[in-house]
Amino acid sequence: MLAALPGARSPIDAPDIDYGTISPLLIVLGVAVAGVLVEAFVPRAYRFVSQVGLAAVGVVAAFGATVWVGTDLAPVEGDVTARGGPTAMGALSVDGPAVVTWAMLLFFGLLGVLLFAERRLEGGLSVFTSQAATPPGSVDERRATRLRIEHSEVFPLAMFALAGMMFFASANDLLGMFVALEVLSLPLYLMCGLARRRRLLSQEAAMKYFLLGAFSSAFFLYGIALVYGYAGSFDLAEISTAVSNRIEGQTILLAGMALILVGLLFKVAAVPFHAWTPDVYQGAPTPVTAFMAAGTKAAAFIAMLRIFFVAFGGARWDWAPTVWAIAIVTMLFGAVVSIAQTDVKRMLAYSSIAHAGFLLVAMAGMVSGDGVTSVSAVLFYLIAYGAAVIGAFAVVTLVRDAGGETTHLSRWAGLGKESPVVAVAFTIFLLSFAGIPLTGGFIGKWTVFAAAWEGGAWPLVVVGVVASAIALFFYVRVVVLLFFAAPQGDGPSVAVPSPLTWSVVGIAVAVTIVLGVLPDSLLDLVQQAGAFVR
Amino acid sequence: MNVEPFIGLSALLFTIGAVGVLVRRNAIIVFMCVELMLNACNLAFVTFARANGNLDGQIAAFFVMVVAAAEVVVGLAIIVSIYRTRRSASVDDASLLKL
Repeated sequence: MLAALPGARSPIDAPDIDYGTISPLLIVLGVAVAGVLVEAFVPRAYRFVSQVGLAAVGVVAAFGATVWVGTDLAPVEGDVTARGGPTAMGALSVDGPAVVTWAMLLFFGLLGVLLFAERRLEGGLSVFTSQAATPPGSVDERRATRLRIEHSEVFPLAMFALAGMMFFASANDLLGMFVALEVLSLPLYLMCGLARRRRLLSQEAAMKYFLLGAFSSAFFLYGIALVYGYAGSFDLAEISTAVSNRIEGQTILLAGMALILVGLLFKVAAVPFHAWTPDVYQGAPTPVTAFMAAGTKAAAFIAMLRIFFVAFGGARWDWAPTVWAIAIVTMLFGAVVSIAQTDVKRMLAYSSIAHAGFLLVAMAGMVSGDGVTSVSAVLFYLIAYGAAVIGAFAVVTLVRDAGGETTHLSRWAGLGKESPVVAVAFTIFLLSFAGIPLTGGFIGKWTVFAAAWEGGAWPLVVVGVVASAIALFFYVRVVVLLFFAAPQGDGPSVAVPSPLTWSVVGIAVAVTIVLGVLPDSLLDLVQQAGAFVR
Repeated sequence: MNVEPFIGLSALLFTIGAVGVLVRRNAIIVFMCVELMLNACNLAFVTFARANGNLDGQIAAFFVMVVAAAEVVVGLAIIVSIYRTRRSASVDDASLLKL
């Protein structure tokens, strides 16, 4: 064959990649790979410390690189504010929203690493099981615990998940999004099953999350296949052109959009695809729940907005009614069902479902232009919610009894007397979830509702306010329980953690209050980030 | 090229997989049904690649195969660890997490 083509030159040109622009992503992936090498070569005694150091330094370096990339983004000419654009041969779109999401995810990642590194609560061992391969309660498990073996692999796993989240939020074609979705999900499935205490619950959570997650990503993938069949390309810009031109095959497009929406709604935990959320949030090790609750929701929401605003923007009247319906059901269901919860982690899971509904309200508004846009509202809400949810789960790791964390709400009665500082911190997070003024959650809810109102989705705003009122009732009941209820038996006991967990709680409280009192600079930042660039 | 028979077959395989996930109780078989769904996607990808006259869909099929292999590694690790604990891989037995 080669002889038949004299002088034939390879038609494939080397890709032209601007490594500087995608450096935050490369740093996190590099740290993950280096973490695998540390696992292989560093002696066990130094492994945990070196993994923590590597992960923390890597995340901070990537954050610095993100800031540098962000200040360098060139504004795009046009009628709406936008900056940056596709890079790496169109595979990634490093635009304003992508860079803000990167910074947000790296912030969550740093808090997550600090929580993972906490060892004082379990008597010098991390919250992850000594050897995941040993059955719970077996002789092997006790031996591994006695030898103080630890799974420091969680740090590279978390870095891979973080890189997947960052890729997911900035991928500019559907195939890249699928790969990113799996890169973020697979490490999380594993990390969910690694709890030191209550391992049966943890393994069960991992299996449920894995089977349902794989099921939903198959829907996502079939949706991608149908959209590819319709548009002839994975590229969001080319799909957008095909959608706007209304080419043949509307049925395939509608089916594809529906399947993609199912896959993404599963990841953001919207009703009726929420069934995994309470079980996984409850069963997973609490630091993993904190990282997952904040990170997955942020990455999946930005990816969902990018797909539906950029690629399917021309067909918005086909998907908007579905988003309206799901937003209403999700808000009301999350708020009402959280009232019935008796477990703190499940309660936070249902509150996370309700928050997915509030975020969908902003998406349904579909506002772009100047002032509050759907994208900027979602970005602000995700930052405020993520900081509060990580802080809340960090508090959950502190309230303990002999068997580990005690998550039953009745055992939390009288926490305010036992440890006023912890109870006040938890109250601040709950008030932020409820959207009380002077917390980040209030400004977040306000921007989300303002965006929806601007876009004419006022029925959603009305339902959102009603759902907030229902949720408020519940959050206030928990606050009353913390401060005014008589403690059961000895009452809850609050463990003394290392400065790592304290700093996570402190940072989360600070961010929640600063975003509530002085939100201007961040609001300005998310509005300057502008729209998605295809 | 008439794509309808191929897409019909892929939709049928996808539906079989989806129904299998919902009705079967053994975690391994549920997982196999998920793999069947992924392979149905692959069939759709290569069919549409032929119909659209570009190679993107065929490349996608390779990506999906690699992702499916990675998913097997993670999935079997989780299912085996549960089997070691419970001596059962039934998804109905794993029911501690409830209201």
